[in-house]
Amino acid sequence: MYISISIVVASLIIIVGLVLVNGASSLSLEIITQSSSGGYYLGKSGGILNAILGSLFLALPATGLAYVIGIGIALYLQRDFVHPGISGFIRLSLDILWGIPSIVYGIFCIMIMIAIGIGTSVLAGIIALTLLELPIITRYMDESIKMVPIELKEGSYSLGSTKFETAIKVVRRQAVPGILAGVLLGLGRGIGDAASILFTAGFTDSIPGSILDSTAALPTMIYHLYASPIPSVRARAYAGAFILLVIVLSINIISRFLSRKSGKYVIK
Amino acid sequence: MEWRRIRDCIGTKLMLLVTVFVSILFFLIFFTLLSKSFLILETTSISELLLSSIWNPERGQFGLFPIIIGTIIVTGLSLIIAVPISLLSAIYIAEYAPKRVRQVIRPYIDLLAGVPSVVYGLCAFLFLVPLTRDVIAPWFGVESTGFCILSASLILSVMVFPIIISLCVESFCAIPVELKESSLSIGATKWETVKKVTFRASATSIISAVLLGFGRSFGETIAVNMVIGGKAMIPGTLFDPSETLASRIASAYGEMMSIPVYESALLFMALILFIVVIIFNLLGVLILRRAKKRWNY
Repeated sequence: MYISISIVVASLIIIVGLVLVNGASSLSLEIITQSSSGGYYLGKSGGILNAILGSLFLALPATGLAYVIGIGIALYLQRDFVHPGISGFIRLSLDILWGIPSIVYGIFCIMIMIAIGIGTSVLAGIIALTLLELPIITRYMDESIKMVPIELKEGSYSLGSTKFETAIKVVRRQAVPGILAGVLLGLGRGIGDAASILFTAGFTDSIPGSILDSTAALPTMIYHLYASPIPSVRARAYAGAFILLVIVLSINIISRFLSRKSGKYVIK
Repeated sequence: MEWRRIRDCIGTKLMLLVTVFVSILFFLIFFTLLSKSFLILETTSISELLLSSIWNPERGQFGLFPIIIGTIIVTGLSLIIAVPISLLSAIYIAEYAPKRVRQVIRPYIDLLAGVPSVVYGLCAFLFLVPLTRDVIAPWFGVESTGFCILSASLILSVMVFPIIISLCVESFCAIPVELKESSLSIGATKWETVKKVTFRASATSIISAVLLGFGRSFGETIAVNMVIGGKAMIPGTLFDPSETLASRIASAYGEMMSIPVYESALLFMALILFIVVIIFNLLGVLILRRAKKRWNY
């Protein structure tokens, strides 16, 4: 038994350690701030700025969109709005959506985008990431909204507010820790996920100019460059993995910390 | 003008709209994949698709059998490795660990769950591939490049650890203390209590955790793609390269757009992936709900 827990613990240490060691050695200021230039894949100059910016361009709007849609769903799932049988069905579909592999979301999204006529673009990537993050964010929000005490809501109704007002002003404020945790975890997943944006956002060498351009992103860059025969190109992949891991782990840690701390408006 | 009432009405209708959208999203995805698969289902019979071994997209021959076998082997092996380790770790965390250790390890395991799959794949590439190539394979007397089923299964089982461990720890902690205490009071040792009481009581949760882990492992694309070797052949030994459904779909990125039949074949593979993962996840979630209702957590 002690062997098994140490295997689990050791594997995380190995993973983090490997990435940190390999990545830190190839990390340098110029890699972060320079975008890639000609001869990129052959080992000439250039950095990974396009990937970093691309990841931000994809993940931040996707998380915002998923938050807006998700808060609507999570608030609607309360008993005030909908019959418990229906909300049970919706929660079940959210659980199913949560388990779908991300590559299916990517394929679905690119099929729709091609049918519309847009093709691989930042927009397609954002939509795929939104669909991916939506179940995660909504589930966390739903869990914390369920825990809002009913007396709070009834107090608000008794003062004459409408259901929507209560939902937006009272329930949402009360559930802020859980909502924040959910949003940050969704963001972490969105930044790190490669399969969904592999098809939808393409892969280019330049910083995307408009929302209809393809873009590189950190995970896809790592995926494409990790096995290159040229060591300096591989070094970029490791540096990217280092940055990605640091970003995602800090988001997770911050989300845990913030959700404990931001109970300022929460009435216990 | 009753602005507040109008706002309430519009707000509620908007929320209804997004909720309906999410409920039908699953069906939308299913029908999109299905409709795009019709092309390949017309040109190739189901039995040839699923049972033939010839994969030659240029000539229009799509035999998925080796890929399906590869997927089953990789997923099965990863679960065989992961389930005992995760169960034992979960028991340690829930029953035997001192409180300080438990407070550190549980968030630690959740962090493990948040690592992106590319990073897992990169670590498999940096660590497992050389390990398999230079240490494990020669030990068995086999030549291998390291890009094989064993590497993929090992990294998949690491990815599945957090799911199974966290679900099992949650369910072990939710078993009422009275059950365990009455077993100990009759004279059972701690391990006997664990084996006969805790495992029996949380059997449904353990099963659902394994099912959910299976779903995750079946659908994992990137990490597997990076270390599995990409040759669509039925593997002879653990050290042969192979392909899984998901990794083949990712590998064909770029080529698929040009040939409609190829694209349709890949979408058919995505459809199979979708259906299998949905079935396992659905079963897992439903069983987990029943277990939660039974033990009130």
